[in-house]
Amino acid sequence: MLVVEKNSLTDEIEVLVEKYGKERSSLLPILQEIQRNHKYISDFAQQEIARLLDIHPVEVYSVITFYSFLNAKPKGRNIVRLCRTITCDLLGKENVVAAIERELGIKFGETTKDNRITLEYANCLGMCDQGPALLVNDKVYTELTPEKAVQILNSVR
Amino acid sequence: MKNKTNQSNGKVLFSQYNRGDAIKKLSGLSREDVLYELKVSKLKGRGGAGFPTSTKWMLTAAAVSQEKYLICNADEGEPGTFKDRVLLLEHSELVFDGMVVGAYTIGAKKGFVYLRGEYEYMLSSLEDFLETMRNDNLLGESICGIKGFDFDIEIRLGSGAYVCGEETALIESLEGHRGEARNRPPFPVSKGYKGKPTTVNNVETFASVVHIVMKGGEWFQKHGTDKSTGSKLFSVSGDCERPGVYELPWGTKISELLEIIGAKNTKAVQVGGASGICVNKSQFERTLAYEDCSTGGSIMVFNETRNMLHVLKNFMEFFVEESCGQCTPCRIGNTKLLEGVEMLESDEYTFAYINKLKELGKTMQIASKCGLGQSSPNSFLSILENFKDEIFNGRGGKYGK
Ligand SMILES: Cc1cc2nc3c(=O)[nH]c(=O)nc-3n(C[C@H](O)[C@H](O)[C@H](O)COP(=O)(O)O)c2cc1C
Ligand code: SF4
Ligand code: FES
Repeated sequence: MLVVEKNSLTDEIEVLVEKYGKERSSLLPILQEIQRNHKYISDFAQQEIARLLDIHPVEVYSVITFYSFLNAKPKGRNIVRLCRTITCDLLGKENVVAAIERELGIKFGETTKDNRITLEYANCLGMCDQGPALLVNDKVYTELTPEKAVQILNSVR
Repeated sequence: MKNKTNQSNGKVLFSQYNRGDAIKKLSGLSREDVLYELKVSKLKGRGGAGFPTSTKWMLTAAAVSQEKYLICNADEGEPGTFKDRVLLLEHSELVFDGMVVGAYTIGAKKGFVYLRGEYEYMLSSLEDFLETMRNDNLLGESICGIKGFDFDIEIRLGSGAYVCGEETALIESLEGHRGEARNRPPFPVSKGYKGKPTTVNNVETFASVVHIVMKGGEWFQKHGTDKSTGSKLFSVSGDCERPGVYELPWGTKISELLEIIGAKNTKAVQVGGASGICVNKSQFERTLAYEDCSTGGSIMVFNETRNMLHVLKNFMEFFVEESCGQCTPCRIGNTKLLEGVEMLESDEYTFAYINKLKELGKTMQIASKCGLGQSSPNSFLSILENFKDEIFNGRGGKYGK
């Protein structure tokens, strides 16, 4: 990581600590914002958060690994999460999976070469009455067909 | 996304209510008045466990502390549940007004909504709603002119962990830790968020409170059954013509529900989500109520073409992934149950071993630390029992019946 990038990340975290308060209960909101902006929380970011909140970096890492929406490893610019729980499964999730994997040329769990999309599974998204459902970052799409799913992903930049 | 709700027949939750009315009414009510109406209403928690709300609020109200907290559990992670999404999006006034009533009753100055990360798309509209409430003095200081009644609500997001719906795990998460359930006692009502007395309630529980304040506990308890008063929102999905959210009185028979939603050739109904139980045709006359088939509202319908072993495998994969790993019965137990399902699938099992797994399931129900591990064997046990002909058919449960 370049020195300028490091400095700007430190600035960003300082602003967040200011916004949420220098206390342990601010950890999750801070991690969530870093995750939202950078799609992962780098080692350096973890150390800076730990330093500014005055907790051990291992604590920060331990919290990140607990939550499936927080990542310590780089991800694509857009994180796509397809529901794999039973109702969506019965409504044709497998066909959607096959179409997406074919079109993007990657499997679930992988990121496209151009870093545009990371494919992941999620558990029930609370859209079971209109499945299959998926999230693109924080946006939800429902009643997917293989064709519709591919169209949605093609429109993601 | 659309909301397929059937709200026209709603007699309790979806009955008439104007934003702010329950809060305005508080100026003429004491805490004791609210607690009394709640007690008469016999309202029980809608998040699954069914604890009497009046007792919970009374304990928090009685706790001696300068600082108390109120938490709305909007983690809604149980597979097949989505009624809280509908309440939050379409009836925010019921949920937030209910929280203000709660804060008044227990004496909290600060409230949190713990919103699951998957629902982040709701965040800005909910924040806007809270801002409007502040502008109308329905939140903030001296709410509705009631001196000394200060309360505000902050929305916090989850980050994709089902176990954080468990109230002590939720509190851990709010405090910035891994969402691992705590030992109880102490219960949150005495030592919750930051060690202070805390009330945690489900979204729908708060929504019910608002109607009790407006129309009285007596009116509320006339709906439903003697032990399960009021109405319930059911999140219906799976094989039926009209999936969606339905408000029905407690005590409705499963067969009646199937009729309403247009379910044909139904083989199985999973009541209460992955952690609930799966019933077969012979049990469709059972009722949805705390005293019979208790549920947080998830109803998943499977027709004759579905493979129940496949359904069970999906549930067990869910629990293996979502177990927080803190205690052994749940961490190892769920993995063993999943392996058992895979053995059944490939027809490489002995009945002796499957019986051992059933015993293991019963041990997990007793020995696990929190509700996740205590309830995760439910579908394993009920599906193997209620669909044994299909599962032990010598074809690895394939081709159904
Ligand atoms: C694994 C697990 C997940 C839970 N998830 C939720 C949930 O998403 N929403 C909820 O209201 N209660 C959930 N609960 C129940 C809560 O622990 C708690 O009982 C409930 O929020 C209390 O509110 P109530 O009394 O209004 O029902 C869950 C419990 C367990 C064991
Ligand atoms: S029962 Fe499961 S989820 Fe609950 S504390 Fe034990 S391991 Fe964690
Ligand atoms: S099962 Fe996919 S959204 Fe619930």
